[in-house]
Amino acid sequence: MPVEPESTLRQGFWKRFAKSLDAGRQAYVADMKEVFGRPAIDAGFWDDLEATLIAADAGARVTERVIDQLRNQAAGAHLRSPAQALGYLKADLLDEMRPRSRQLELDGTPAVLLVVGVNGSGKTTTIGKLADLLRREGRRPLLAAADTYRAAAIDQLKLWGQRAQVEVVAHQPGADPGAVAYDAVQAARARGANPVIIDTAGRLHTRSDLMEELRKVRRVLQRLDERAPHEVLAVLDAHVGQNSAQQVRVFQQAIGLTGLVVTKMDGSARAGVVLSIEAELSVPVKLVGIGEGLDDLNRFDPEQYLDALLRAEEGT
Amino acid sequence: MFESLTDRLDQALKKLTGRGKLNEADVDNGLREVRLALLEADVNYKVVKDFIASIRVRAVGAEVMESLNPGQQLVKIVDEELTGLLGERVPMTYGPLPPTVIVLAGLQGSGKTTTAGKLALFVRREGHRPLLVSTDVRRPAAMEQLEVLAKSINAPAFAPRGKDPIAIARESLAEARRVNADVVLVDTAGRLQVDQDLLDELKQITAAVPARHRLLVLDAMTGQQAVNITSAFQQTIPLTGAILTKLDGDARGGAALSLRAVTGCPIQFVGVGEKLTDLEVFYPDRMASRILGMGDVLTLIEKAQEHVDESQARTMEKKLRTGQLTLTDFMDQLKQVKKMGPLESIIGMLPGAGKIKNLAGAMPTDDQLNFSRCSN
Repeated sequence: MPVEPESTLRQGFWKRFAKSLDAGRQAYVADMKEVFGRPAIDAGFWDDLEATLIAADAGARVTERVIDQLRNQAAGAHLRSPAQALGYLKADLLDEMRPRSRQLELDGTPAVLLVVGVNGSGKTTTIGKLADLLRREGRRPLLAAADTYRAAAIDQLKLWGQRAQVEVVAHQPGADPGAVAYDAVQAARARGANPVIIDTAGRLHTRSDLMEELRKVRRVLQRLDERAPHEVLAVLDAHVGQNSAQQVRVFQQAIGLTGLVVTKMDGSARAGVVLSIEAELSVPVKLVGIGEGLDDLNRFDPEQYLDALLRAEEGT
Repeated sequence: MFESLTDRLDQALKKLTGRGKLNEADVDNGLREVRLALLEADVNYKVVKDFIASIRVRAVGAEVMESLNPGQQLVKIVDEELTGLLGERVPMTYGPLPPTVIVLAGLQGSGKTTTAGKLALFVRREGHRPLLVSTDVRRPAAMEQLEVLAKSINAPAFAPRGKDPIAIARESLAEARRVNADVVLVDTAGRLQVDQDLLDELKQITAAVPARHRLLVLDAMTGQQAVNITSAFQQTIPLTGAILTKLDGDARGGAALSLRAVTGCPIQFVGVGEKLTDLEVFYPDRMASRILGMGDVLTLIEKAQEHVDESQARTMEKKLRTGQLTLTDFMDQLKQVKKMGPLESIIGMLPGAGKIKNLAGAMPTDDQLNFSRCSN
C-alpha cells in the first residue's frame, strides 16, 4: 500500500476549512473581515470586535482580556488602522498557542489512544477519520468498540473500520468496556497493530458514576502497560459554548487529558472557547474535524486556525 | 473559576443594599454583572443586549418592595422577564385525522435519534401507537440505532435500506396504516445550518408528510450559534417547537433564551438523561428559576413523590423526632435519595446549592454508595 508522507496529506484541508467558515457568515453579528476593514480604530471598532469575538464563543472574560491588551498596544504603538491591529491580535493569540506540543504520542507496544467526550460530540466519526489518517501515514491502527451502551454504536464503528480499512475489536452490546479495551490491546500485540484507538460511550461530565467507569478502563489498560493510555483525547463539539471549558476541566480531573479534538468546524461555529481552554487549562488541541468525510480530519495548526478565525487575507 | 450564573447574580446583587427606589447607578452596576453572567451562560450577544435594555427600562425607578432588598428586587424583575421570554408551556397535541406526524430536525449529535425513542415512549404513555421512522441514510448505523431503540420499547420501526429520505418519509404513511400506528415520528439525518443542499432535502422530507409538529432538537450546551442554527431551521421548515437535550449536564442553558428570542416557538420538552424515560415536559418558570439559581424545588418534589415511599417517610419522621434513628434507617434513607438520581443533580435542585455543586470531588460516587455490598 502506498504511503503518503505526513506533509502532503490533507493538502486542501485548511482551504476547505477557511471556505466553510466563509459559508457560515451570518448577518446577525459583525463579521471579522468587516471589523478589520473599518477606516479607523474608534469606539465602533472596539464594539464590533467585542461582538465578533463573543459571537465566536471566545467568552466574555477572554474577550475582555484580549481587547484590553490590544487597546494598550494600539495606544503604545500609535496604531491607526484596524488592519495593523489585526497583526497584533493574531500575534498575541499565536504567542499563547504556539509553545504547546501538539504531537500525538504513537510510540508504544501498542500506543493506546482513549477517546472520550460528552454525548454527540463526534467521537465515533473522529475515530474513523483518525484511523484513516494514521493508516495513510503508514501505521496500522486497530479500533476498540468500547461504547457498548449506545444503541448500534458498535455497528457504527465497524462501518467506519471498513471505510478506513482497519480492524475493529468488538464485544456484544452491554459488554464491559474495560474488557473490550483489554482484548483490543492483546489483539494488537498478537497482530502487530499500532496504535489502538478506543471508542467510549458518550457521557456528560456531570455523571460521576460514568467518570468512575472511565477510570476503571484506564486501570485495566495500565495492568497491560503502565504507560497506557498514551493519549486521552476529549472530543469537543465546536457548537458547544462555554460549557466546553467545564467539560475539559472535569474530564481532566477525572482521568487526565493529553489533548483535544474539536469537531464540526465546518459550520458557522468558531469554537473560540479553545482560547481560554488552552490558556487556563493547558490542554492542547491536537486534531480538528470539518465534516463527515473520511479525509475531513487533520492535525490542529494554531496559525491556520487563527487565520481562519480572524479571516486574515495574507498567508493562506 | 467557572462560576454559575447563580453565583454571579448573587455576588452582583449583594452590592445593592439601599432602600426605596432602584436608582440608575445601582441598576447599571447590577446589570453589568447580569450581562456578563448571561454571556458566560452562552446567551447570544444580541439577545443579551435586547434583554438588558428591557430590564433596564423596567428596573430604573422601580419601587423596592417592603420585604425585599434592592438586589432581590432586581432579581425578581430579571426572573419575571426571563420567565416571560422563555414562553408558555405547550402540551403535545394530536390531529383529528391520524396519523399525527412529528418531524425531528437538528445538527449532528444534538440527540435526535435518542429523542425520537423518548418521544415514542411519551406518546404511547398518552395512549397512542407510535411508528418510528428513520430517514437518516447518511450516518453509519443510524437506522440500526433507531431499530434497536424501537425494539427496546416494543414499538414498530420503519427504516428501509437503499431508499432516499424523501421516499422513506412518503412511504411511512402507508406503513403506519399497515401497522395500525396513529403517530409517525420521523427522525432525520443531522445537518449543519449552513448546508443548503441538506436544508432543501429537509424541506422536501417535511413536505412529503403532513407534519403537524416540526421540532428542532437543540443541545442545551449550544453556544452563540444557537441563534443562527435556529433561524436557519426556522426559515427552512417553519418550526412548531423545540426540544432541548442534555439538560442533565451543568450547561447554563443560555441557548434556550436565544432560541426563544429568535423563533418564538415553544420549547416543548427537555431531555434529562440517557434512558428513554428521561424526557420531561418543559416548564418555563422552572427553567428561569434554575438559570437564576433559585433552585428547582418543584422538580425535586416531583421526583421525591415518584420515588420515595410516603408511609416509610412517616415512620422515619417519627423515629427522627423521638431520637430512635438507627444506622439501618439511615441507610434506607440514603437508598431512597439515591433512587431519585445522581446526587449532584438532586443537590443542584436545592435553592442556593450552586456553590455546593462545585465540590465535585466531595460527592460520593455511585460505586461508593453501592449498598448491595452491605450485608443484611
